[in-house]
Amino acid sequence: MTVTDVKTRSGIRGRSAAPKRALAIGIILTIGLVTASLFVGVYDISAEGGAEMFFITRVPRTIALVLAGAAMSIAGLVMQLMTQNRFVEPSTTGTTEWAGLGLLTTMILFPGSPILVRMIGAIIFAFVGTIVFFMFLRRVTLKSSLIVPIVGIMLGAVVGAFSTFLALQTDMLQNLGIWFAGSFTTVVRGRYELLWIVIVLLIIVFLIADRFTVAGLGKDVATNVGLNYGAIIFTGISIVAAVTGVVTVVIGALPFLGLIVPNVVSLFRGDNLRTNLPWVALVGIWVVTVSDIIGRTIIMPFEVPVSLILGVLGAIVFVFLLVRQRRG
Amino acid sequence: MAEAVQERIIIEQACEVHRADTSPAPLACQSCRANPKRCARSGCSGPIVTKRQRVRYVAIVSALTVMALALAFAVLTYDNGMPFGSEGYWRIVSMRADSLIVMVVVAACQAFATVSFQTVTANRIITPSIMGFESLYIAIQTAVVFVFGAAGVTMVAGTGQFVLQVLLMVGFAGALYGWLLSGRFGNMHIMLLVGVVIGGGLGALSTFMQRLLDPNEFDVLTARLFGNLSNADTDNLPLVIPTVIVVSTILWFRARRLNVLALGRDVCSNLGMNHRRETMIILLLVSILMAMTTSLVGPMTFLGFLIATLAYSLTDTYDHRLIYPVAFLLGFVVLSGAYFILRNFFYAGGAVTVIIELIGGLVFLVVIMRKGRL
Repeated sequence: MTVTDVKTRSGIRGRSAAPKRALAIGIILTIGLVTASLFVGVYDISAEGGAEMFFITRVPRTIALVLAGAAMSIAGLVMQLMTQNRFVEPSTTGTTEWAGLGLLTTMILFPGSPILVRMIGAIIFAFVGTIVFFMFLRRVTLKSSLIVPIVGIMLGAVVGAFSTFLALQTDMLQNLGIWFAGSFTTVVRGRYELLWIVIVLLIIVFLIADRFTVAGLGKDVATNVGLNYGAIIFTGISIVAAVTGVVTVVIGALPFLGLIVPNVVSLFRGDNLRTNLPWVALVGIWVVTVSDIIGRTIIMPFEVPVSLILGVLGAIVFVFLLVRQRRG
Repeated sequence: MAEAVQERIIIEQACEVHRADTSPAPLACQSCRANPKRCARSGCSGPIVTKRQRVRYVAIVSALTVMALALAFAVLTYDNGMPFGSEGYWRIVSMRADSLIVMVVVAACQAFATVSFQTVTANRIITPSIMGFESLYIAIQTAVVFVFGAAGVTMVAGTGQFVLQVLLMVGFAGALYGWLLSGRFGNMHIMLLVGVVIGGGLGALSTFMQRLLDPNEFDVLTARLFGNLSNADTDNLPLVIPTVIVVSTILWFRARRLNVLALGRDVCSNLGMNHRRETMIILLLVSILMAMTTSLVGPMTFLGFLIATLAYSLTDTYDHRLIYPVAFLLGFVVLSGAYFILRNFFYAGGAVTVIIELIGGLVFLVVIMRKGRL
């Protein structure tokens, strides 16, 4: 599955230098944004103790941005490949809400538990939630691919209502609000290291991405070309659940990210998965970093959670995509 | 009133034919009214076809009315700590009466708005709440504070501001949903999805603006802006109640037009009704109602869906004049029932809206599952 020199028929042959150059520019841009992110903030890092502060908050925060941005975008892409549906991503399938419910449940059952335990709880719930969603998909005859996100969002709303109720009964409503307001404010040294888990998951996705595409063609086709359909779907759901769980616990909900990024990338670059993967990761990093910088600077010295900026941006892009599809 | 005359003529003609026993009895056929036995044939048309159906409808309305009254009484008097007749007793009763009034208003808003909206959009899945009407109102409310910002919270209170917000809401809803429903989208699913997403985006936008206002007062502001059932924002009640009564009455008098609208655009135009104009009028009325309910108790995504769906299945008729009362009574019974049970047996008065969301959302999913399509 790793034949790199076989070109697709999309006319890339003979222009193989161009994509590489573009990718190089993309990476340079990413580095620029990351550097900007390192030097934006309230605390004057040239002052006394600045260097220390730099490594306690700025560096962790920037690393978290990069990891979360890339991970959530790729998670969205994986879901879109598996369901063959452009509008699917963790926040339009309820996966995010399930992860939140898992986090809350773990907090209630094991108060004072370490962050790793909470994360495992969130991942388990996210996994169950994604499976539930997939079973829903089986039940609904898909007259239209648009029903999928509708059902997912509603499912998420129901799960969210349940979480709210639980939180109300256990006096955790404020915590819930803070967790769900996806924000990088709380990321400091010692509180984000678990995010590195997603690197492993991303590498796995990069290795087996094509199989998700084949799995998306349906069980029969996938089995015909010699793919273990059940295993690959299980792997995909596990990866999505793990990424969503980790990011939800460390940062919170990042709405629409997995939806905006893959769609924007395919708008510009078509649907060649192999060459798009790095781009999805890069654009994901850009979107999150830019949103976070906006959130940090717009009402200095206070911050606006990234999730709000993503929510507004995401809604605009989503509607644009829908209208465009209508015309197309 | 040329329309009425024409209708009369058509009905007369139909009665002529009907007396000749060749077609179903029209709604207003005098001879059949006088002699129901002649109408026992199954071909009879009208909102209520058979005697059995009529009995059933009356039974449902009576049962719901009794339940509503019983619940209202229970909410008012149950577990009142003070001795009967003392001053404190009546004070507690009057406090609870406020909550009841709010519930009546919210039930009326949600019932009338949802049923009308579903008729106009010719779809029994989407509701004004799901389409983001409530988020729109909240966004407007926040934007007003944001633009005239310095005074912050005080700008939200007051009659003038409230009227301004509602007017803005009507304008925006007319523009936005008029565009959405204009048929350029044609496809129901796209509309629904766009509505859902716009709702989410507007919600994020509101929170965003609130953050920009003053992060320190952020919590205070949200608490001030939206109540819930046990802590409703009653400042605007003197304005809300008459508005809701007027709008509901208008809808009641337009019910016949809605019956025609329900037949779809083509039939509607054939019968000489301006489909687009009617749709816009109903949409504007719906947006007023949604503004009212949101200003009282904040967003309630699935309540409208729940009561409208139940009302359709209970009444089993196309006539809005029969559906509205049932939906309204159901709304009140659901709200007051949830309030009563949660407050007195689970000590969770604040969770009423959440529980209704939960049940309504589950019903929504079940309906979609059972249909297997939208």
